[in-house]
Amino acid sequence: MNYKKILQKYRKDRTRLIEILKELQSREGHISEKAIISVADEFGLSRAEVEGVISFYHFLSDRPLGKYVVYLNNSITAEMAGREMVARAWEREAGCHFDQTSEDGLVTLLETSCIGMNDQEPAAIINGVVFTSLNPEKVKKLVGWMREGRAVQDMVEETGEGANGHELVRAMVRNNIQKTGPVVFGEYVPGQAIGKALETTPECIIDEVKKANLLGRGGAGFPTGLKWEFCRKEKGEQHFVICNADEGEPGTFKDRVILTERPEMVFEGMAIAGYAVGARLGILYLRHEYTYLRRYLEHVLQKMREQGWLGQNIAGRGFDFDIEIKMGAGAYVCGEESALIESAEGKRGEPRDRPPFPVQKGYLNLPSTVNNVETLATATQIITRGASWFRSMGTPVSAGTKLLSVSGDCERPGIYEVEYGLTVKELLEMVGAEDTLAVQVGGPSGNCISEAGFGRKICFSDLPTGGSIIIFNRSRDLFAVVRNFLDFFIEESCGWCVPCRAGNVLLKKKFEKIASGLGTVQDLKEIEAWGKIIKSTSRCGLGQTSPNPVLTTLSNFREVYQSRVSKEADFIPEFDLNRAVAEACAITGRKFQEEQEHA
Amino acid sequence: MPDKIKFTIDGKDCQADPGMTIYEAAKASGIYIPVLCHFEGLKPVGSCRICSVRVNGRWMASCTQPVTPGMVIENTSPEVEEYRRAIIEMLFVEGNHFCPACEKSGNCELQALAYRYQIMVPQFPYLFPKKDIEAFPKFLLEHNRCVQCQRCIRAIQTPDGKKIFAMKNRSGRVRINVDKKLAASLSDEEAQKAMDICPVGAILKKEVGFRVPIGQRKYDKKPIGSEIEEKR
Ligand SMILES: Cc1cc2nc3c(=O)[nH]c(=O)nc-3n(C[C@H](O)[C@H](O)[C@H](O)COP(=O)(O)O)c2cc1C
Ligand code: SF4
Ligand code: SF4
Ligand code: FES
Ligand code: FES
Repeated sequence: MNYKKILQKYRKDRTRLIEILKELQSREGHISEKAIISVADEFGLSRAEVEGVISFYHFLSDRPLGKYVVYLNNSITAEMAGREMVARAWEREAGCHFDQTSEDGLVTLLETSCIGMNDQEPAAIINGVVFTSLNPEKVKKLVGWMREGRAVQDMVEETGEGANGHELVRAMVRNNIQKTGPVVFGEYVPGQAIGKALETTPECIIDEVKKANLLGRGGAGFPTGLKWEFCRKEKGEQHFVICNADEGEPGTFKDRVILTERPEMVFEGMAIAGYAVGARLGILYLRHEYTYLRRYLEHVLQKMREQGWLGQNIAGRGFDFDIEIKMGAGAYVCGEESALIESAEGKRGEPRDRPPFPVQKGYLNLPSTVNNVETLATATQIITRGASWFRSMGTPVSAGTKLLSVSGDCERPGIYEVEYGLTVKELLEMVGAEDTLAVQVGGPSGNCISEAGFGRKICFSDLPTGGSIIIFNRSRDLFAVVRNFLDFFIEESCGWCVPCRAGNVLLKKKFEKIASGLGTVQDLKEIEAWGKIIKSTSRCGLGQTSPNPVLTTLSNFREVYQSRVSKEADFIPEFDLNRAVAEACAITGRKFQEEQEHA
Repeated sequence: MPDKIKFTIDGKDCQADPGMTIYEAAKASGIYIPVLCHFEGLKPVGSCRICSVRVNGRWMASCTQPVTPGMVIENTSPEVEEYRRAIIEMLFVEGNHFCPACEKSGNCELQALAYRYQIMVPQFPYLFPKKDIEAFPKFLLEHNRCVQCQRCIRAIQTPDGKKIFAMKNRSGRVRINVDKKLAASLSDEEAQKAMDICPVGAILKKEVGFRVPIGQRKYDKKPIGSEIEEKR
């Protein structure tokens, strides 16, 4: 393969390294050693550095893969929807285990963290194409087609609603919009907001967004107007607007639906933010799992340029702003804004130390505002309809509406646009949930609440959420839920700092001890203490929230833990001798003698 | 000369120049904050978290956090010391450390920290991970002892800025990855520098060993941190 020629078109732009690696992988099926050498030489990097980037991301591979690469999602809702049967079906039909390639080189089976399809699990991504609501029969059919050599896109039999059916998307993904609201899914005429924004000054825009009391929808809830103001005030050759479409928190999928149905509103929001902070370039950082939307989004951008809403001299008012799409490559931590910036620069997605904050030194070390998809879409509507309209909804602290991605045990999973201040109980009724044991608000990094908390309100001052709501009914095992979440954090830790990298593994070990009935009251104390240490000393938001599955269930479902631990024993070793020798005893026909009996 | 920044550490009034990190500011006042990944002259990366302190109730890594006026810093409160001890213990169980057989014993900063914190047995279960030893022309890389401090990555690079040591993988699978081609061209001095900069016995220069007998090594004589505390 002529690597030189492929690399040439990227003009030694390091920020495009991940894109380059993806192209090489799509051509050869993996990133070969020769390819790594060519890339390293082209960019003046060592091979070790290039290998470092490849090995960071789920969807990049330096080992050969099969013709069809299946990434089966392993989120908790997938488990609840029969993932185990589906996984076994894949193994049976493909003739290999997970993490392997079938002998004929046809299929590789891999697992991956939540792919943003929680309301239509079990789901998988095969060569970039999403397959939802899988069952063993469908798996059998898919593998049959693979044997016939069918193109993956042609395996999609029916497309989902709305733009999922657009010729550039053709995805079987469903939007499942169950409840529309006045903001994101409200009345909207593309192009109005940017025109209106350009009639005023950047300061007025910032002021309006501040007055609206718009708080970031990505999870942290930072005031958007203030962020824009900080960014605007920083000196730098150039400023950037970055839209965070990494949407990796398990159970969140609302950004996917916004990008499918309201892309103009998001892009317009980026242009408005650009005008406010003094940027000429916006970057949409789109998670790899949503690659199927890319061509469609490029097409929308092109249409917006043609309409004069993006590009040179927007709305004839002398403001230039354009947007480019950068793809992720599979890593939850890249949703963290500084890791996202590293990744957008073509590096390993490892968070940075703060200060400096992205608004001071962000993309290419220049002032950058990172905002969530929903935040930017909401800003567009605020500019059109005004701050007081926006503040008339929600609560005084949490103005406006929020998109919730609801999944798990309920009649109507999907997207709900609700006003802040809704109680969990009201939500459960709305979505048709019955006999509910627990509600995970804000994904694994959020809070697992019990019935005692169903009167609480979804808002920044009570139960904040980036949008993920997962419901568990009384037939579910809470320990299975916690286990799934802990595995998620262990896998997704960037590995940079000790408490997050090692601490979470130890926390899980302790959890398993308790789950298997070998725990004591002392173990409960220790697991809580260890969780606090990890939260306090970890370097980024991932580690700082990773013990939450344990800590929040410990405080809201203490009795479940208590029922598993021994009340009398002060100490039970993790190693169960009886269990370990049980098989040997059975074979030899001997009985195991307790040591005390000898004494 | 800009004004000095005033702050307190464990109730003691301190002063520092603007731009200093909490660690540097403490050191200038003769106060030791334990560090492991940090190395004077290298850009801090905040990876080990042993230097954690509590500032006005919030946890921060003192090697990366700039000191600001009015900070009330807890450095030796029981909780801060307990958390640090836990992190040191995590490092021990996450690797495979058999000190008596280690060339770095006595010069090892991890071991010295364990002594300073009087760690006998870790509170965590050993993970006994499977890690390899790799050999390069001038040195060995003992992954079992690596603490992922990234000092080697930062300190040893080619003149044109290529990294000879780099991070590979993520999560508990992260490893230091040596560029084989570049490593082959390392000089003896550079290999020695790599070994010296490594806080533990993960990078070992080949062909020499145990030149200074165990018992007469750096931390056999004085506990880690005493060089800073003596200046108080
Ligand atoms: C581990 C981690 C993952 C995150 N993932 C996302 C994400 O997928 N999408 C997002 O918008 N924000 C995510 N965030 C929050 C971002 O760091 C950042 O606060 C947000 O993008 C800011 O936008 P906002 O102010 O509009 O919410 C994540 C944070 C952490 C610590
Ligand atoms: S590296 Fe340090 S702690 Fe590890 S075995 Fe060697 S002396 Fe012991
Ligand atoms: S090899 Fe040594 S210097 Fe390099 S990261 Fe590991 S412990 Fe640190
Ligand atoms: S590795 Fe991410 S918080 Fe430590
Ligand atoms: S010395 Fe500060 S984090 Fe390691």
